[in-house]
Amino acid sequence: MSAEAFLQIRNVVKDFSGYKAVNNVSIDIAKGEIFALLGSSGCGKTTLLRMLAGFETPTSGNIVLNGQDLAGMPPYESPMNMMFQSYALFPHMTVWDNVAFGPRRSGLPAAEVSERVEEMLKLVQLGKFAKRKPHQLSGGQQQRVALARSLAKKPQLLLLDEPLGALDKKLREETQIELVNIIEKVGVTCVMVTHDQEEAMTMASRIAVMSEGRFLQVGAPSDIYETPANRFVADFIGNVNLMEGTLETDEVDHVTIRCADCTHYVGHGITGTEGMSVSVALRPEKIRITREVPAPQAGEPDAAFNRVHGSVKDMAYFGSFTVYHLALESGLVLKISSSNTERHRADQLTWGDEAWASWSPTSQVVLTA
Amino acid sequence: MSAPLKHGSRGGRWAVIGVPYFWLLLFFMLPFLIVLKISVSEMETVTFKDVLTWKDGVLALSLKLSNYASLVQDDLYFLTYVSSLKYAAVTTVLCLAIGYPFAYFMARAKPTIQPTLLMLVMLPFWTSFLLRVYAWKGLLSEHGWAANFIAALGLDRVLLAIGVIPAQGQLMNTPFSLVLGMTYTYLPFMILPLYSNLAKMDLRLLEAASDLGASAWVAFWKITVPLSKAGIIAGSMLVFIPCVGEYVIPELLGGPQTQMIGRTLWDEFFSNNDWPMASTVAVAMVLLIIVPLAIFNKYQAEATEKRA
Repeated sequence: MSAEAFLQIRNVVKDFSGYKAVNNVSIDIAKGEIFALLGSSGCGKTTLLRMLAGFETPTSGNIVLNGQDLAGMPPYESPMNMMFQSYALFPHMTVWDNVAFGPRRSGLPAAEVSERVEEMLKLVQLGKFAKRKPHQLSGGQQQRVALARSLAKKPQLLLLDEPLGALDKKLREETQIELVNIIEKVGVTCVMVTHDQEEAMTMASRIAVMSEGRFLQVGAPSDIYETPANRFVADFIGNVNLMEGTLETDEVDHVTIRCADCTHYVGHGITGTEGMSVSVALRPEKIRITREVPAPQAGEPDAAFNRVHGSVKDMAYFGSFTVYHLALESGLVLKISSSNTERHRADQLTWGDEAWASWSPTSQVVLTA
Repeated sequence: MSAPLKHGSRGGRWAVIGVPYFWLLLFFMLPFLIVLKISVSEMETVTFKDVLTWKDGVLALSLKLSNYASLVQDDLYFLTYVSSLKYAAVTTVLCLAIGYPFAYFMARAKPTIQPTLLMLVMLPFWTSFLLRVYAWKGLLSEHGWAANFIAALGLDRVLLAIGVIPAQGQLMNTPFSLVLGMTYTYLPFMILPLYSNLAKMDLRLLEAASDLGASAWVAFWKITVPLSKAGIIAGSMLVFIPCVGEYVIPELLGGPQTQMIGRTLWDEFFSNNDWPMASTVAVAMVLLIIVPLAIFNKYQAEATEKRA
């Protein structure tokens, strides 16, 4: 990314009396992007967001928005607005007054304030709720009021703190799409914080996975899922089987890795030396489970590679797919997710059955970190 | 919001509600009705004539309303009511002005020192209220510590200028000493409800206000004050209502200028021995206090409804 990125975060550190909540983080965010900070609680994502909003001052480093350094700027002057976790709507004001609060503070004439509020309420389709108080609205409606309020000052940057955290699962899924549509319609650049990987994946154009105050990986949702940079990211995002092994052969077009239960054949070269220890990450949905010995398919290496034998220790039926836990000889339990493409399958695997698991040489990720 | 209670006998529930009601009926409503009856009775040397008499098949109801008439006609009563309301109002405003910042900073203090601060507010209750008011007599009398301090700061000139003391150097038995005593006594009753209200406030609302462009001052007036309305009203009622009927403080710290209704009531009962007139004054005072109380209750009911 160029040096002229819309939002530049440069070597930002936040030190809370010896504890570095945010430890030397740098990132460039382009105009119009929806950028997600993803991590478990205490990883520093909220501290970073609060520094962007101006509620915390970085111990060192710079935050530059559109060429303007935000260091030391109080929140009421900064050109960005935040949608708070569980919304922080003003309980004593109507929806209309909540949305008008920001525009009124910028000293706009009454007619313009009114016009702006109408526009925002129309955007979130809450026009007919203008006279209601927040407690008279459902969770989803409150969320939309909060969005309208944070967009009402036409901020250059919108900050979202766990935007859907207060909604139940079903509503969350519907709202994710709606929220992205509104943000894209307005065209505002957006930084969001979430601990919910699904939320980050569906909403963001790029995700930064954070742990202990650092970025472990930054990339598009599919990059982070399919090519995790290290064990932490592989494990944190989605389900994964991690197998420890040693690099046996290292060729330009393939490598083989010796693990306790099988030998992996990976269809691409890696940077490493023979004999080094590595981890192989394998997603459950990329494994096939069969009762018979699997025959290698087209483009796959011979039967010596990429297969293991075990017994079904556990299975969980999720409707659209079933998860099997296959206990291998070494004691490792392999998670396998299998799509239920047929309504009734003769010869359905069940508890205690012996089965084979196999995968293609393009499905693994070799992790050295 | 919660589901109706399904178990527990109906009788038990009535008993729980009924006992306090019965208590209030017996020890508040009944005495009040007696006072009401006395206020419309005729004195007959040392006893009262019956209001309702049965003689020769004639049921006679005789209500002596002249006491109520004189309440309206005689300036004295009207002026003491006004003066009571005035001093109660001034005390309430002063308690609010001193108590609000106090409660605010207490609620925003570090959680570890909040219990200590709360204890300090309640500490005066450990000494007799009478002793504490008496102490002011000594402090404010000529060459008392407080009097010397006020004179040293030149505050007595200010007090004289606004007309709350009759002469420089005379602080006791003035409107000043009365209001000082009442403010001092009732301040905790203002601070405690305000504190409990302000401590509950969601501080993220202030962050949200700040994020939307409100300075700390604007956020205070637009968010904190409106949200603490219930606390302000509760505190003001707790100060205003007892102040209107206050007898002890005006008696000890007040003077000829500060005639209050409690004092008038005492005089009618024990100096003039005019029980019907005294009862009339008492009934009028109860009505005077019930009005603001009713307004308060209405507000509270509305607030509860809103929260539901």
